[in-house]
Amino acid sequence: MKMFDYVKPATPAEAVAAAAQPGAAYLAAGTNLLDLMKGGVSRPDRLVDVSHLPGLDRIEYLPDGGVRIGTLVSNAGLAHDTEFAKSYPAVAEALLSGASAQLRNAATVGGNLLQRTRCAYFYDTASRCNKREAGSGCDARVGENRLHAVIGWSESCIATHPSDFCVPLVALDAVVEIEGKNGRRELPLDELHRLPGDAPERDTVLAPGDLIVAVRLPSAARSFAAHARYLKVRERTSYAFAVVSAAAALQIENGKITEARLALGGVAAKPWRARAAEQVLEGAAPDAASFREAAQVALADAKPSGDNAFKIELARRVIARALSLAAAGTPARMPALPASPFASSSGALHA
Amino acid sequence: MIHSISLTVNGVRREIELNDPRVTLLDLLRERLHLTGTKKGCDRGQCGACTILVDGKRINSCLALAVSHDGAEIVTIEGIARGEQLHPVQAAFVACDGFQCGFCTPGQIMSAIGLMCEGQAGDDPERIREGMSGNLCRCGAYAGIVDAVLEAQASQTEAKQRRSA
Repeated sequence: MKMFDYVKPATPAEAVAAAAQPGAAYLAAGTNLLDLMKGGVSRPDRLVDVSHLPGLDRIEYLPDGGVRIGTLVSNAGLAHDTEFAKSYPAVAEALLSGASAQLRNAATVGGNLLQRTRCAYFYDTASRCNKREAGSGCDARVGENRLHAVIGWSESCIATHPSDFCVPLVALDAVVEIEGKNGRRELPLDELHRLPGDAPERDTVLAPGDLIVAVRLPSAARSFAAHARYLKVRERTSYAFAVVSAAAALQIENGKITEARLALGGVAAKPWRARAAEQVLEGAAPDAASFREAAQVALADAKPSGDNAFKIELARRVIARALSLAAAGTPARMPALPASPFASSSGALHA
Repeated sequence: MIHSISLTVNGVRREIELNDPRVTLLDLLRERLHLTGTKKGCDRGQCGACTILVDGKRINSCLALAVSHDGAEIVTIEGIARGEQLHPVQAAFVACDGFQCGFCTPGQIMSAIGLMCEGQAGDDPERIREGMSGNLCRCGAYAGIVDAVLEAQASQTEAKQRRSA
């Protein structure tokens, strides 16, 4: 690991000033960053430790019915907050389907949003990677790429964003609060992550020094609590990243879907909100035919980036199944295997 | 630059001067404090051999910078027995053959203690397997490990019932 200067600011404003310098990186729990630094993938000159900044580790239920999640709340702390899990069950399920218990105890909300891709070529410093080293090329394009992107990729990068948490968050219109050089601002989560285009080295729209201080869910997000699921297909039952995942949230009245939210994980460089599919669902009956149609629409613009055409059909089936699980109703208790297609809970119409 | 930190390790307060900010909690425990029970397996957060409790929660000590944990309370495998009397989870691992070579065992035991404190798995073997998925065992002693956690959970429940009776 390359040597770095370690600084521990006392306030967010001090942190922003310290991290705006070239070569600086924020440290929260470090569960992703330290791994990248040990592998020589990230080589910061300065670590700005924000893990002790006061006031950023709280979950606040807002008077307007929304919730504000401090950036330093741990993944486990959020998922096991009784009120949070009851109000936003798909978010809790996504959190609990990610990583291991040890990592969830340490990893933070802000760190989860800003984690880097798990593309093996990004991790392997002997490979060419435009995300790790701008302009060096992309060995994934002609390499082992069955798990890579099928939506929104470019010739310069086919990596996916690995977060589970972000998928239901983007479906539920989460907003990111940012402290930067010019004070506070906020951004829809959907606008935080970038598609690669010709600059895949930039994962997000954040400027140097920008610090995520909180993530907010609007009051409408809790209206889906009765019909909200996260479904994640992975190559082993636990402790694995998504091959494809989906967050589905519905409001159903008198046998019709009145509101629908749908987002996909593991398919693009950002959590992928499927707005056109939501349009298909709104006003439709919650049945297999509407779910299949929504799934077709959601993947209409998908195309393989390599040996991964199967992910397109897999994504359609994951969507149809997630929607049928959501329609059947949020289970009273978190499934033993969160988000797993092998869970024993009933309600799935097999697509 | 020297960074001074203070840690409580297995109940003992330690003042530590770090001349390198890159030191992880794992390396600090093993190399500086000579507490070598905590194992270095992958050193990348994948195997769980380095699991310890920090402020009561299980984490991977290989992915935690010591300098960032000033003031933390740490419990390692060396800190759980009472003298010669094994911790109930240790005893259950022995009784249930929860190990073969033993390399992953300190991490498994610390993780199991963390799991039981979290109170999410109870006596459901599927939830225990899910909750222990961050600890790999290359000997494949998983069946014994799940049995050990079940047994430790049962004896904890029984002890609680005895106390409240």
